[in-house]
Amino acid sequence: MEVVKVENVTRTYKVGNTETQALRGVSLTIENGEFTALVGPSGSGKTTLLQLIGCLDQPTSGHVTINGKDVSTLNRNQRADMRRASIGFVFQFFALIPTLTAYENIEMPLLLAGVNGTERRNRVMELLDIVDLKDHAHHRPDQLSGGQQQRVAIVRALASKPALLLADEPTANLDTPNGKVVMETMVRLNKATGVTFVFATHDPRVISYARRVVTLRDGLIADGQVTPGA
Amino acid sequence: MKQLLTMALRDLGRNRRRSLFSALALGIGLALLLLMAGVVNGEMEGALNSAITLQSGHLQVRSKTYTEDKTSLAFEDLVENPGDLAARIGQLPPVAVVTPRLFASGIAAVGDRSVGLRIVGIDPASPANDPFRKGLVGAFLAPDDREGVLIGQTLADKIALKTGDSLTLLVNTSNGDVDQQAFVIRGVFNTNTPGFDENTVLMPLAKAQAITRADNHASILFILLKDKEQTGAVAAALTSNQYDVKTWLQLNDVAVQTEQLANGFMYVLYLIVLAITATVIVNTLVMAVFERTREIGVLSAIGMRSSRIMTMFLVESGFLTIGGIVIGLVLGGLMVLWATVFGFHIGNIGATGLLISDTIHAHLTLSDTVMLTALTLIISLIASLYPATLASRMEPVEALHGGRG
Ligand SMILES: Nc1ncnc2c1ncn2[C@@H]1O[C@H](COP(=O)(O)OP(=O)(O)O)[C@@H](O)[C@H]1O
Ligand SMILES: [Mg+2]
Repeated sequence: MEVVKVENVTRTYKVGNTETQALRGVSLTIENGEFTALVGPSGSGKTTLLQLIGCLDQPTSGHVTINGKDVSTLNRNQRADMRRASIGFVFQFFALIPTLTAYENIEMPLLLAGVNGTERRNRVMELLDIVDLKDHAHHRPDQLSGGQQQRVAIVRALASKPALLLADEPTANLDTPNGKVVMETMVRLNKATGVTFVFATHDPRVISYARRVVTLRDGLIADGQVTPGA
Repeated sequence: MKQLLTMALRDLGRNRRRSLFSALALGIGLALLLLMAGVVNGEMEGALNSAITLQSGHLQVRSKTYTEDKTSLAFEDLVENPGDLAARIGQLPPVAVVTPRLFASGIAAVGDRSVGLRIVGIDPASPANDPFRKGLVGAFLAPDDREGVLIGQTLADKIALKTGDSLTLLVNTSNGDVDQQAFVIRGVFNTNTPGFDENTVLMPLAKAQAITRADNHASILFILLKDKEQTGAVAAALTSNQYDVKTWLQLNDVAVQTEQLANGFMYVLYLIVLAITATVIVNTLVMAVFERTREIGVLSAIGMRSSRIMTMFLVESGFLTIGGIVIGLVLGGLMVLWATVFGFHIGNIGATGLLISDTIHAHLTLSDTVMLTALTLIISLIASLYPATLASRMEPVEALHGGRG
């Protein structure tokens, strides 16, 4: 079953008098359980596409459908609700809330979703265990390494059991060993939970983890998609 | 919600010094407001109190044709047999003191100068004269004293006379003449109210009646009640077609109006001070919003609705405000306490129409304290709506972008 359907999507940014066409008509379908890399040079539109799929932004034209629901025309609150219920994000920067501990960061989406106390605690500890950070539960982000922070960010994105996890260059700020751990964690979680992963990258070492690769170039999907390892 | 409180508190802790200074600014603002309210209220209350105890009483009974400013001594303008009437009024339970007083205008001739005076004939036995006894230097008047007077401290200073000195007075009489007599200053009273003490001469009622040829008449019956709130009721009970009954509110309309005017000005001042402190709060929160742009984006990305983001900043501002209010109440409380106990000495400011004491003691009422605290809270929260809205209106994409790098 398809989780994401992108149809003829364009996105034009207007800054002052200059218009930038970040996407010029992209169509793409992502099936349930995929582990897909979005690749392409810097400026090719990867982030823009992830933001549109993730209901953070709205297309200038075209449609984005998540689990059969057209999200292109949702209002602000509906998009927030959609993100909370169905989508997890991992960013290039380690997007943890600096005032909250690892535990509290993971707990946040569960609180927003209204998950009750005991269930919440169990779920957070389970998630911390998955990424081997149980001992660091009560550490603040500045007491964690970049790799540890990114692992916390990944399980936070999975906390409310979303249909889709979107990661924008998740390893770009990590050294090779840490990047490897993060990618292996994502692969493992994709297999264990069946959650669909889509990640943007232009790092060749990372692309090899993908089961499907979608290449963007100048706001369009380039021909000749390669699917290594499949 | 608990999470929002935790986050707000920790966010304030991130820039402790800035949070502290903002709360301090709010606190100092509130403290100043409390001090201002206390001082102005103390002054107004003091002026009204002086006016009541020295001049107007809570109630006056007088002839229908009596007018204050003329100090008329014509019999039809006076109260006849005031002692009998006073005795009857004294029977009313709410009445604490009732005493006849006779007013006449006069002039003191001192060397080649002359000073205009208000001569007040009093019943020396009445407790209504306690304010004159309190700061008295010398002896009080005896009812049958035919030559003794008391003068105010300010007047004594002005004409350079003291207890035991002789003073020649020219007094208007009932039949339009002027009589003249040399008196002995038995004592100098000090009510700490220069506007009163500089032109008042007291003598026994009997002597005043004799010198003015007012016979058995008084200008007014001066009445003090056990409870000021009873004024209306007692006034109603005393009303007859024979006499005019005036209340302290009617008799002190200048002071009452001045108080209302002052209260109006105070509101303007309150709002100015609060606008300044609110600016500090707004500034702090706007800085916080911009510093945390990316975090706002992240929270939004994990599905936090704008309204919740807004609440988060409002809670933060709420903590800041409560902290500021606590500081303000402690600081303001200490300042008001000082001003209540020690007061500010202002001397003779030469205000006419108002009996302003030479020392202002603050008096802060509970209702003013509650009102100012609530006003501070409300204005500060209204002001923080701006930064909170700023945060909640941020587009998640822009917010995530804004902090990148
Ligand atoms: N918020 C924005 N405002 C204006 N232009 C933008 C914005 N975001 C991206 N762009 C432009 O859109 C194009 C695609 O950007 P992006 O999606 O970030 O590419 P990538 O993630 O592949 O590097 C670039 O030319 C970029 O400059
Ligand atoms: Mg990008």
